[in-house]
Amino acid sequence: MAIDDTKEAIQDDEDHGPQKDASTRIDYSEDSDLAFDPERKLKVVGTNPIKPDGVDKVTGRAKFGADTHLPGTLVGKVLRSPHAHAIIKSIDTSEAEKVPGVKAVVTRDDFPDIAPGPMKDISVICMAREKVFYDGHQVAAVAATSERIAKKALQLIKVEYEVLPHVIDVMDAVKPDAPILHENLRTKGIEDAPDTPTNIIQRAEWAMGDVEKGFADADLIVEREFDTKPMHQGYIEPQGCVANCTEDGQIELWCCTQAHFVYRSRLAAILEMDISKIRVTVSELGGGFGGKTMFYCEPLAIVMSRKANRPVKMVMTRSEVFRATGPVAGTYSRVKIGVKKDGKFTAAECEAYFQTGPFTGSAFANAPQAIFTRYDLENVRAWGFEVASNRPKVNAFRAPCVPQIVFGVEGVVDEIARKLKIDPIDLRLKNAAVEGYKTIYGDTFGPVGFVETLEAAKAHPHYKSKVGPNQGRGIGCGFWFNRGGETTASLNITPDGSVNLMLGNPDVAGSRGSISMMAAEELGISVDKVRPIIGDTSSLGYNHSTVGSRVTFSAGMAIVQSARAAIRVLCQRAAIMWDVPEDNVVFEDGYVRPASANVGDFEPLSIADIAKKAGETGGAIAGHAEINAKGAGPGFGVHIADVGVDKETGLVNILRYTVVEDAGKAIHPLQVEGQFQGGAVQGIGWALNEEYIYNTDGRMENPGFLDYRVPVCSDVPMIDTVIIEVPNPRHPYGLRGVGEVPVVPTLATVANAVGDAIGTRPRSLPMSPPKILKLIEQVEETGADEAYA
Amino acid sequence: MARNHVTTTVNGDEYEFLCDAEQTLLDCLRDELFLTGTKEGCASGDCGACNVMLDGRLVCSCLVLGVEADGKSMETIEGMAHGEELHPLQKKFLELNGLQCGICTPGILIAAKALLDRNPDPTETEIRYWLAGNLCRCTGYDKVVRSVQAAAEEIRKD
Repeated sequence: MAIDDTKEAIQDDEDHGPQKDASTRIDYSEDSDLAFDPERKLKVVGTNPIKPDGVDKVTGRAKFGADTHLPGTLVGKVLRSPHAHAIIKSIDTSEAEKVPGVKAVVTRDDFPDIAPGPMKDISVICMAREKVFYDGHQVAAVAATSERIAKKALQLIKVEYEVLPHVIDVMDAVKPDAPILHENLRTKGIEDAPDTPTNIIQRAEWAMGDVEKGFADADLIVEREFDTKPMHQGYIEPQGCVANCTEDGQIELWCCTQAHFVYRSRLAAILEMDISKIRVTVSELGGGFGGKTMFYCEPLAIVMSRKANRPVKMVMTRSEVFRATGPVAGTYSRVKIGVKKDGKFTAAECEAYFQTGPFTGSAFANAPQAIFTRYDLENVRAWGFEVASNRPKVNAFRAPCVPQIVFGVEGVVDEIARKLKIDPIDLRLKNAAVEGYKTIYGDTFGPVGFVETLEAAKAHPHYKSKVGPNQGRGIGCGFWFNRGGETTASLNITPDGSVNLMLGNPDVAGSRGSISMMAAEELGISVDKVRPIIGDTSSLGYNHSTVGSRVTFSAGMAIVQSARAAIRVLCQRAAIMWDVPEDNVVFEDGYVRPASANVGDFEPLSIADIAKKAGETGGAIAGHAEINAKGAGPGFGVHIADVGVDKETGLVNILRYTVVEDAGKAIHPLQVEGQFQGGAVQGIGWALNEEYIYNTDGRMENPGFLDYRVPVCSDVPMIDTVIIEVPNPRHPYGLRGVGEVPVVPTLATVANAVGDAIGTRPRSLPMSPPKILKLIEQVEETGADEAYA
Repeated sequence: MARNHVTTTVNGDEYEFLCDAEQTLLDCLRDELFLTGTKEGCASGDCGACNVMLDGRLVCSCLVLGVEADGKSMETIEGMAHGEELHPLQKKFLELNGLQCGICTPGILIAAKALLDRNPDPTETEIRYWLAGNLCRCTGYDKVVRSVQAAAEEIRKD
C-alpha cells in the first residue's frame, strides 16, 4: 500500500509513503547526466555565503504574512466555537450587519455545499456547517473598517448551540461508549468492519517477513507501551493574509504558507471556481515546520472581499493559532522487538493510535513505514489507527507522525542494549541497514549513511566523555525517506550576465540561497550574481509544497536542469557569434570556448559577453524546468544527549547535546547545522514541556506562550553537530535533505538519557517535572528498573 | 469615538499619529506608521518579536499603549543600520546564520543590542538569560548566541 500520488498530493499534501515512479521523461538513474559526479571540483557548493533574503530580515524590510497593506483594506475577524462539540441550531447575524463600518459578514450559508471528501473536510474546518467539532472552530466572520468595529460586531452575532458530549484523548475516543463525531463514519482498511458508528477513521498496516517466526527465534523479547501528547508547530508568526477579489471574479491572495500552489487548488475546489483565477503570492514565511500547509482564514477573507468589493486582511492571534490550527498528533503505541543473545534483532512489531482531530489527514501512514526503517530487520509488522476526536485537525510537522513512535522504538532498543549489556551504538551498528536492504515500503536502499553516522557518533568526544552524578546519557536514532515531487523553476540571464531565478517553493529557512548556489556552480559565476525570487502561482507551473525535506533536493535538481538548458542556449549563441557549428563550442567555468584549437582563434566568451548580444543572436537567454523529481536519498541521524535531573523537583536540564546526521552533501553547511540544531531543540521542547491542556469542557487551557512553554534560550546548551556526507548518487550535488531527520530521534534520545539518570525510562511525554518526580519516587520505593539499575 | 493624537520620535525622526485608547504601541507602529519591521508573535509579552527601545528601555511594544509613546523616543529595527553600514549584530547574524525564517530576528537584534550597550562582554549564560524572553523556533538558539558573542567581540575591538 503506497499512498502518495500526484492527485492525492493536491488533495492532501501531508507526507505519506514514497512516490511511485511515474516520470519517464527524465532519466533519474545513477548513470544519467543528473547523477552525482564525485570527481567534480566545487567552488560554490559547500561554502557559506550570506543568504539572499538575509539583509531584508535583519533590517525589518522583509514582508511577512501580516505586513501587506493595501489601500482601503478591511479588517476581518472570526467568531469561534466556545464548545468542543455541539450542533449549530441557528446563526443570526442581523444585529452585526447593522453596525456602522461592517462591510461583510459570512457564515456557513456563504460557502458552497461540495461533495463529501477531503475538500469538504477542509471547507468545514474553515467554516463549520451542521456541527462544531472543537473549541475554536470557525463559525462566522466579519470584515469591517477597523478591528474594533469587527470585534464589536462579532459580539452581536447570535449562535444557538446544542452542546454534545465530547472526547479529547485518543484512547478515550476508541472506547465503545465514546461520544461519536460523525454518525456515518465507518472504519476504512478493516475487512468486515462493523456497520456501527466509530471514531476510528482508518487502519493501515505494513508488514514483511514472518513476524511470528522472528519472535519465536528470539532469545529476548521486550514489549512496552508509550504515549505522547499533541504539540504545536509553534511558528512565531501567526497566519496572516490579505485577499482582494475583483468584480470579474479574479482573486489575489497574499499569505504566509508553505504551499501556495496547494492552497490555490484547494481554494478553487472549496469555492468552486477556476484554479487560474486565483493568484497566490507567498510572503516571507515566519516559520511553518509543516503547520502552514493548511489554510484557515484565507477562504473567509476571500469570500468577504467578494462581498465587500474591498481587500480584506486577516491575522490570527496567538490564542487562535493554538486553539484552531494544526497541532501534531498525540499517540499511544505498543512496541515489541525480539533479539538474539548476540544482539541481532529477529522481529519487530508496533501497533499505534494517532489522534487526528475531526478529520483524516494526520499522515499516520508514515509511521509504519519509517519507525523501524534503519535496522536491517526482515520480519516487521506495523499498523496504525487514525482516530477522530474533538480537537483541531492535526497538521504536518517535521517527519509527520514518526518522532512520536520512534520515542517508543528507540526506548525498547535502549532497554535491549542494557539487558544484553551491549554498548547502545554497537547494538545499533550490529543491526544497521546498509545498501541493498529492502525496506518495508518496497524501496531498496542505495548507498546510505547510517553506519557512517553511528561510527561518527561513537568516535565523538561527547560519547567518550564521562557522565556526572545525577546525570544520564541517552542515544537515539532516526530515519526519514526525504522527498522529491513536482517542482518547477525558471532561470533568466539578464543583459549584463547576472541571473534571476524564479522558484516555486516557499523558502522556510534558506532554500533559495542553497538553490542559488547550485545555479552559480552550474554557470561558473559567483553566487552574488544570482538573485532568486519565489514566484506566485500564476508565474510558474505547479509545485508541490515545501514539505518532507524535498525543496533543496527537488528545486536544486530543477535549477540544475534550468541552468544546463540556458547553457545550451549560450553555446548556440556563441556559435552564432563566431559563425561556427554548434558542436564546435564548449561551456567550461563560466565561459564558452572553442572545443579545440582547430575551431579558430577565439577569445572565450563570458555569460555577460553573450548576454549583451542576445538581442542580435535570437533574443533573451533563459532556461526552465518542470519536473517530478525522483531519487530522494534516505537520511539518518544519531543523537547523543546528557541530562541532569533535579531529584527534588523533577526538572530535567539538557547539559550537552550532539546531532550527527547524513546530509548527503551540505550545500550550505551553516544552514545544515541550523536545521540539525533547530530540529533538536524543537524535539527537546516536545520531550520535556509541550502539551495541550484541556479542561473538562474540552476547552484548551493553555493557548499562549506563557502556559504552552516552548524552549527558550536559557533552557538549552549549544547544540554540537557533525555533518556526515555520504552522497546521494541520484542528485547532481549528492544531497539528501535535512529538514525532517533532526527531530526524529530527539524525543527518544532525551528519554533514554532521563532513564539513565533516574533508573527508569519514561514512557509518557512530556517529561514534565511532576511526571519525572513521580517516577523518581517510584524508583525510591520499588527500586530502579532491572535494566536501568 | 475621538482618537488620541500622539507625537513621538522614532529612530530620530519626529512622527505624529492618531490612535484609539486601547491600541498598543505595536499596532501603532505597524498600522499607523507602517513600520512593519517590528513583529507580533503573541501580543502578550511572551515572545519578544515586538521588542523596541522606549526612552532607552527594552520593552515589548505589545504591552505598551500607543498613547504612552507621546513625547517619548523610540528605536526600532528600521533604525539599527546607519545608512549602508549594518550594525555589527546585523552583520554577525548574517555571517554566522543567526537567523532562519527571520520573524524573531528584529526583536532579538533589538534585545541583543540593549544587552551589549550595557554589557559589552557578556558570558554565554548572560546572553542566554537576557534573550530568554525572545522565542525562536527555527535555530535552537545556538547560532543566535554565537552571533551575539561574535558581535560583542567585534564591538569591543572598535
